[in-house]
Amino acid sequence: MTVLSSPARTQAAPGAEPVRHRRPSVVPYFLIVPAIAVLVLALGYPLVWQFWTSTQKFGLAQQFGKPPQFVGLANYAQLFTDAQTWAVVGRSIAFCLVNAAITVVIGVLVALLMSAVGTVTRLILQIAMLLAWAMPVIASMTVWIWLFDWHRGIVNWALTQVGLDFTNHNWLEQPLSFYFVATVIVVWMSVPFVAFSVYAGLTQISEEIMEAAALDGATPRQRFFAITMPMIRPVLMIVTLLQVIWDLRVFAQIRMLQDAGAPLSSTDLLGTYIYRLGVGSSDFGMASALSIFVLVLTVALSFFYVMHLLKEDS
Amino acid sequence: MSRRRFRPGKFLASVVAILVSLAWVFPVYWMLNSSLLPNAVLTSTTPRFLPFGGSMANFAAVFDQGTFWPALGMSLAITLTTVAFCLLFAFLAALAISRFRFRGRATFVLAVLFIQMLPAEGLFIAQYKLMSSLNLLNSVIGVAILYVAAVVPFTIWMLRGFVAGVPIELEEAAMVDGLSRTQAFFRITFPLLAPGLVASGVYAFLQAWNEFTVALVILQKEEYRTLPLWLRGFVQASANRATDWGQVMAASTLVAVPVIIFFLIVQGRLTSGLVAGAVKG
Repeated sequence: MTVLSSPARTQAAPGAEPVRHRRPSVVPYFLIVPAIAVLVLALGYPLVWQFWTSTQKFGLAQQFGKPPQFVGLANYAQLFTDAQTWAVVGRSIAFCLVNAAITVVIGVLVALLMSAVGTVTRLILQIAMLLAWAMPVIASMTVWIWLFDWHRGIVNWALTQVGLDFTNHNWLEQPLSFYFVATVIVVWMSVPFVAFSVYAGLTQISEEIMEAAALDGATPRQRFFAITMPMIRPVLMIVTLLQVIWDLRVFAQIRMLQDAGAPLSSTDLLGTYIYRLGVGSSDFGMASALSIFVLVLTVALSFFYVMHLLKEDS
Repeated sequence: MSRRRFRPGKFLASVVAILVSLAWVFPVYWMLNSSLLPNAVLTSTTPRFLPFGGSMANFAAVFDQGTFWPALGMSLAITLTTVAFCLLFAFLAALAISRFRFRGRATFVLAVLFIQMLPAEGLFIAQYKLMSSLNLLNSVIGVAILYVAAVVPFTIWMLRGFVAGVPIELEEAAMVDGLSRTQAFFRITFPLLAPGLVASGVYAFLQAWNEFTVALVILQKEEYRTLPLWLRGFVQASANRATDWGQVMAASTLVAVPVIIFFLIVQGRLTSGLVAGAVKG
């Protein structure tokens, strides 16, 4: 599908098999230099700095100007024998898996709804989803914090109306209910992407196959599991993977909820914890070590996604 | 067409769909509704679901603080710089990988794909140190460099699809008719790429406009805040004197509405870009 041309200034040979490099052109290298330069400066250099720093000790003395001290892998050792680290890592992974799972299940259900209803209803549903999707993260957070406000939030009001006493209930005080609120928000933000992607997959399934299966006596349930599911499996795998990766990086959401009055140490996830280590207490060695852990985790998770995209390129 | 039977299954699905729509749209509606109501109404015991007796007073109060316009200016400066350089760099690179086959191409593509997955959360401490050593903390350039690097990989990938979608035969036909390769490119291929450039540009715009993590670390002075930081600061300042939710919602609306409009323009292209290949065979 990708049309590759022979290098510049050679004759056109449409459809010719393996392009022979008659005169290897330098043009493509000039073309990628700017992109590579900015990536090396903004990502490459910090990455190297981070590896180096993760082997340095930044203690109290360094805050008063002493150069940091080389300590090898001691930061990693200290980090991964620390109960607080494991608590943060465990919470982050649990949060990310639970959120991704809920998002994908609801997203698929919404996509099925989209294909089950008539045009007008579908449009209404799609517009609602688009509006939620388009909301900038910070604006969404302020709205949700207002909805869950302990004093005048509409959630407490509604729950009290149906007979539960939620008057002045503070949702952000307890870690578990803090994460419940965070999950509601993250799922609300993420479902539209899953719903639209899966719906696009559903529209690719031809009517004839479904009708043929129905004529052969397949029940709706059988049709769903024997036809629909296998057909949308590739999309499903990609969106699930992306959700897992994205739900690891929920810095802005958690930070904003913490701003609204939650205890920091019991609600920190990886992003906010690194922020507190690095910017808060200037412990760059530990912050770097933990950052590298996050990067390795992300790259490992991204592997299948990248392979999938590459297949498209070839 | 004429055979309209009442089907309970479909009816039920429609009801559920409407309920889901309401649930998803409600926060957005509540933001707009609250932004129009005075704080006295918002803090009364029963909520008002329609903005009767509403006014633009909250918006006026937000503007009166005088901090919105500088933040808007900062956001515009950073975002436009990011979009311009990102499009230029990504366009050149996309050209390289879709029109040339060169040594190192596969490595470059692989690197680009992995880099686009790197989270800011894993790099921002190091990026903060980098910008502080370059004396670029609290500057448009400093943030723009980091944003271009964050957005350029996916933009390359997006544009690559567009460039590959223009058949090389078109250019070759123009060259047979006597145009040089450069002329053929700019007269034939480039105009066909316009939609791709617009879509990628809006994508870069949204990413830079909404970014929070890097901005929080690099832009620590109040006068250099972008809109997301401004909104956060606005909430915090308001919380110090018993949050005025009407004003906070007005501020949120100001941040959200332009983004929503832009987003609606580019949405279709974004979905297909992210899951490309998974949808169609």
